[in-house]
Amino acid sequence: MRLYEYMGKDLFRTYGIPVPQGVVATSPAAAELANMKPPVVLKAQILSGKRGKGGGILFASTPQEIKAAAERLLSAPINGYRVNKVLIEERLDIARELYLAITVNRSLQAPVILASAQGGMDIEEVPAEAILTRPLEVAIGLPSYAAREVASFLALPSELKPEFAALLQNLYRLFREKDAELVEINPLVITTNGQLVAADAKVIIDDDALFRHPELVRVEEVSEAEAKARQYDLAYVELDGDIGVLANGAGITMATLDTLQYYGGRARNFLDIGGGASVEKVAAALEIIFASRPKALFVNIFGGITRCDDVATALVEVKKRHGLPVPVVIRMVGTNEEEGVRILRANGLDAYTRMEEAAQKVVEIAENAA
Amino acid sequence: MAIIIDSDTTVLVQGITGYQGRFHTEQMLKYGTRVVAGTSPGKGGQKVAGVPVYDTVREAVEQHHPVASILFVPAQLGKEAAFEALEAGIKLLVIISEHIPLHDSLEIMSFARAKGAKVLGPNTFGVISSGRSKIGIMPNQFFQPGPVGVVSRSGTLGYEIVGALRAAGLGTSTVVGMGGDRVVGLNFMDVLREFEQDPETEAIVLIGEIGGTAEEEAAAFIKEKVGKPVVAYIAGASAPPGKRMGHAGAIIERGRGTYAAKVAALRAAGVKVAELPQEVPSLLKKLLR
Repeated sequence: MRLYEYMGKDLFRTYGIPVPQGVVATSPAAAELANMKPPVVLKAQILSGKRGKGGGILFASTPQEIKAAAERLLSAPINGYRVNKVLIEERLDIARELYLAITVNRSLQAPVILASAQGGMDIEEVPAEAILTRPLEVAIGLPSYAAREVASFLALPSELKPEFAALLQNLYRLFREKDAELVEINPLVITTNGQLVAADAKVIIDDDALFRHPELVRVEEVSEAEAKARQYDLAYVELDGDIGVLANGAGITMATLDTLQYYGGRARNFLDIGGGASVEKVAAALEIIFASRPKALFVNIFGGITRCDDVATALVEVKKRHGLPVPVVIRMVGTNEEEGVRILRANGLDAYTRMEEAAQKVVEIAENAA
Repeated sequence: MAIIIDSDTTVLVQGITGYQGRFHTEQMLKYGTRVVAGTSPGKGGQKVAGVPVYDTVREAVEQHHPVASILFVPAQLGKEAAFEALEAGIKLLVIISEHIPLHDSLEIMSFARAKGAKVLGPNTFGVISSGRSKIGIMPNQFFQPGPVGVVSRSGTLGYEIVGALRAAGLGTSTVVGMGGDRVVGLNFMDVLREFEQDPETEAIVLIGEIGGTAEEEAAAFIKEKVGKPVVAYIAGASAPPGKRMGHAGAIIERGRGTYAAKVAALRAAGVKVAELPQEVPSLLKKLLR
C-alpha cells in the first residue's frame, strides 16, 4: 500500500525526521485560508510518479497565486488521476539535493540503504556508481557506524553528520516498525541555512502486514472489479486485451497470458483462482471477467489441489443461471479431469487437453469477433 | 542420491491438525515420506494419520529427531513457527504459507543463516525427490523418477512442465519449489549447485518468472559453474510493468526484473529458453542426446 506524500510526511514527523512546514487543502478556498506564508509550493496528492512532469507541482508567491494554483491542481486529472488533496508547503532554499532510501534487496534477503549525492531526479537516471548500496543485518539493525559510512559517501559537512545519522536511524526505525517495503526521500534537501529537510516522502507498506497496523489509514486505488476480486481472495489484474483468462496458479496464469500473446492474442485480464477454489469462488471469478466485456474466455486449469470437476460445475452453473455471454474455450487436465470433462459435455461445453491448441482456438475466436 | 531430501529424510509437520496439514500429511505418507511427528499447540497427545502430535517442536524433536519441517500455519504465525523449528535444531524448513509479511521473512532468513539451516519458500509447493520422498503439496501422480532436475518459482507451472516432461517419457530426479515471494530462502544458484553435483541429475530445467534478479544471477552462475545442460522457461513475457502478477515477487519494479533481461542473460549463458511451456521437453531431449 503506497501512502500519499502527506501521509508519509506525517509518519516522518512522528519519527523525528524533519519535513517542511505544510498543510493539506481539499479546496481552493481552504488553500487560501491555510495561511501559509508565501513563497510556497503546491503539490497534488496522487500516487503516480513523474508528478512534476505531469504538472502536479506548482509554485506561488502571493495568496492569490496560492488559490489559483490550488484551483488548477484540483480541477483536472494529473497523469490520469483525480486530485482530491493538495499539500501546500514552505518553499525551501536549496543548497544540495540528496537521495536516501531503505528497501529490501531480494538477492541478499536483507534491508539495504540506498544513497546518492545526486538527489532530486529519477533514481533510475542516476548512474550505478553514484549510488551507495549498504546492506543491513536485521539482527543488528542500523548502527551508527553504518550511518557514518553513508554520511561519508555523501560527503556531508562534518557538522551535519550527527544530524544525518539520527535521521537515517529514525528512517530505519520507521521502515521496520511500519513494515515498509520502501521508504524513500528524494530529494533530501540541505538548505542554505545548513538544515536537513525531507522535501518528499515515498512510503510503501507491505500489504501482507497491514493486519498489524490498524493505525495506518487505508489508501485504496483499486477498481470495483479489483475490490470484488480481493473480497473472494482472487488474484486479479486488469489488462487491455480482449480475451478473458481464468486459470489456477500465478505461474500458469502468467504462462497462459504469454501463450495467448505468442499466438497473436491479448488477454483482458490476469485472474488466478488459486489452489482448491470452490464452486462459489469460480462463479465469482467468471462474473468479474464477464463484467469486463471480453470477446472470448479462456479457462486453463491444471488440476492439482484444484479439482477439474469443481471448475466444470461452476462453469455449468453460471451458464444455467445467466448464460455465457461470450464463447468459452476450456483446457482442463489433472485431478478429476474425466469427471470435469463429462460434466462439461453433458452441458454443451467441451475441453482441450493441450494448452497451446486451446490458446490458438481462443485467439482465432477473438479475432473473428472483432 | 537426488538433492535436498531422500527416502531417509525425517519430517515434522507444524500445523498438522488443520485441514491442509492433515490432508497433506496423508498425501506425504502415501508418497513414502517419513513423517515422524507433528505439532499443534494444545493438541499434544493426539494422532493424525497415525503420526503423533506434540504441543511444541522441542518435544517432537526430542522424541523423534526430525531433520526437516514443513509449515502449514497461518501467515501471521509463520515467523514464530519458523523460529521455533530453527531454535529446536531443524535443518530444512519448508514454508508453504502464502502472505507471510516481508519483514517476518527477512527475520526468518537471517536466523536461518545464523543457524546454518536451509529454507524453501515462503509460498512454495515444497520439494520432491521422485519415487522417494516429498515435503510439500504437489500432486503425487505427476512425479516419476528420471534424469531431469527441476527448480521452479511457481507451483502449477512447475506441475505443467513436469507433466509435459513425463508425457515425453522424461522423469525427474528432484523438483524444487523456490517460492513465489519476494524474499525466499534457497535461490536458483543454491539449487543449481546441488544439481550439478548430483550424479542422478543429467539435465536441469529452470522455471522462472518476471520480478527480481534471481534468473540473472542464475545465468551468471551457470556460465561459470554448471556443465550440465539447462533449459529454461520464464513466465511473464506479456506482463505489464508495475503490476503484481499473482505472486508477491512477480512484479517489474523500476524497470528491473523484465522478461527480456532474464531471457537475454540466460541465453548468453548458453541456456536454451523455451518460448512456450510445452517446448521444454523437446529442447531437453535434443540436449540429452
